[in-house]
Amino acid sequence: MPKITFIEHDGAEHTVDAEIGATVMEAALRNGISSIVAECGGGCTCATCLVHVDDAWSPAVGPPSAEEEEMLDSAFEVKPTSRLSCQIKVTEALDGLIVRTPSYQGR
Amino acid sequence: MSEPIKTDVLIIGAGPVGLFAVFELGLLDIKTHLVDILDKVGGQCAELYPEKPIYDIPAIPLITGQGLSEALMQQIKPFNPTFHLGEMVTTIENIGDPLFRITTDRGKVFEAKAVVIAAGGGSFQPKRPPINGIEPYENKSVFYAVRKMETFRDKNLLIVGGGDSALDWTLNLQPIAKRLTLLHRRDDFRGAPDSVNKMRALVAAGAMDLRIGQVTELEGADGQLTAATIKGADGAMTRVETDAMLPFFGLTMKLGPVADWGFELKDELIPVDVSTFETSRPGLFAIGDINTYPGKLKLILSGFHEAALMAQKAHHYVHPSKRLVFQYTTSSTSLQKKLGVS
Ligand SMILES: Cc1cc2nc3c(=O)[nH]c(=O)nc-3n(C[C@H](O)[C@H](O)[C@H](O)COP(=O)(O)OP(=O)(O)OC[C@H]3O[C@@H](n4cnc5c(N)ncnc54)[C@H](O)[C@@H]3O)c2cc1C
Ligand code: FES
Repeated sequence: MPKITFIEHDGAEHTVDAEIGATVMEAALRNGISSIVAECGGGCTCATCLVHVDDAWSPAVGPPSAEEEEMLDSAFEVKPTSRLSCQIKVTEALDGLIVRTPSYQGR
Repeated sequence: MSEPIKTDVLIIGAGPVGLFAVFELGLLDIKTHLVDILDKVGGQCAELYPEKPIYDIPAIPLITGQGLSEALMQQIKPFNPTFHLGEMVTTIENIGDPLFRITTDRGKVFEAKAVVIAAGGGSFQPKRPPINGIEPYENKSVFYAVRKMETFRDKNLLIVGGGDSALDWTLNLQPIAKRLTLLHRRDDFRGAPDSVNKMRALVAAGAMDLRIGQVTELEGADGQLTAATIKGADGAMTRVETDAMLPFFGLTMKLGPVADWGFELKDELIPVDVSTFETSRPGLFAIGDINTYPGKLKLILSGFHEAALMAQKAHHYVHPSKRLVFQYTTSSTSLQKKLGVS
């Protein structure tokens, strides 16, 4: 199973197993990463599952869709590498992915 | 305190489940009023995903969130419920056996024989930007909604956001503001194209400013803003003089006053009896996403089922001397009369 590392705002690191085909948001929730809120359960309608993708991984993860880009307007401190984790599907190619989570998801 | 509005049942929350409760209660001759903090009905379906298709409403292969809200409004029309939108229920007090006094943040008072809490994931509240030290300015010079436009006359205004709320208030307030700056994180707006064009025309005419970036710091004293620091897309920091800031980053659901209503909440949810959907307080029911019981699924169809069973027990409080007879809408002329179809 691919591994994903979440680095929280305070520097705490969690490396978790993620199922192929699941989303990065789901991997976070299943492993108790509380800085991912995911209020809408992956519907791309809440922007409370924001992550900043590690610079080195950003090209592999790719850019957000138009719908996601609009939803990013409702997130805070958005950077060029920011994504909504419910819109990132886990693939073999993302094994080792590193993302950072913000201190605050709007609630 | 104002004169109480008397009703059989007060429903807190006009999401899909609160709306369908009007129907099930109406069939049993129970009159309803509904209160919702949003300025529209439909709860999550209307606020979070109006355009998205829902595939698991029984017998309806596909309907959008907005479509479902509209269909429910049509279905409950015969029962003529009264809506109190843009208000939040703050307190529920037991004043009889059972009789409840319910108050809202706008000072409205209700008296009801039973209360149905259909509060979903809690009340929708504006997202607060994570700017250090923003709290003292909130509701003094940082506002998440416009209640009176006059407050902003001849002021330097900073509006933040890229959706319809930000654009609409930009267009409405620009004529009366001293100077208006619209700030958004990217030079692309998801609001209605017509509003975007009007805003761009004002910028081109020099009548307002458009900035791309994010607010990082606020300056002022005693709750009164004087300036904001903006970090541009290129990382450059600039200072904008401003008397008031209006951030529009959408809504988030917070449990809100439900926490203070005397329930022993489980993970922010109200435990209920699964045969009646009554809470630990007799006469107070909880249906839809706000409740919990073994096996609970947060689905619209579960909430609909819960509404039907709740109505049976609510009838007992509202019409204690009337015996309840089980009837079908297909064959009961009395039910059909209530629906206005016979
Ligand atoms: C993106 C997304 C997709 C979904 N897709 C599906 C699907 O396909 N199928 C499905 O079955 N479900 C789906 N759901 C879940 C479904 O929307 C919820 O189960 C449903 O909305 C719950 O209805 P409700 O009436 O209980 O609560 P809500 O819809 O949450 O409505 C509750 C209302 O109560 C109001 N309120 C709360 N507290 C107060 C107060 N103190 N005073 C006044 N008003 C108050 C709130 O403002 C809100 O409007 C989805 C949800 C999301 C976010
Ligand atoms: S979980 Fe809501 S946008 Fe990702």
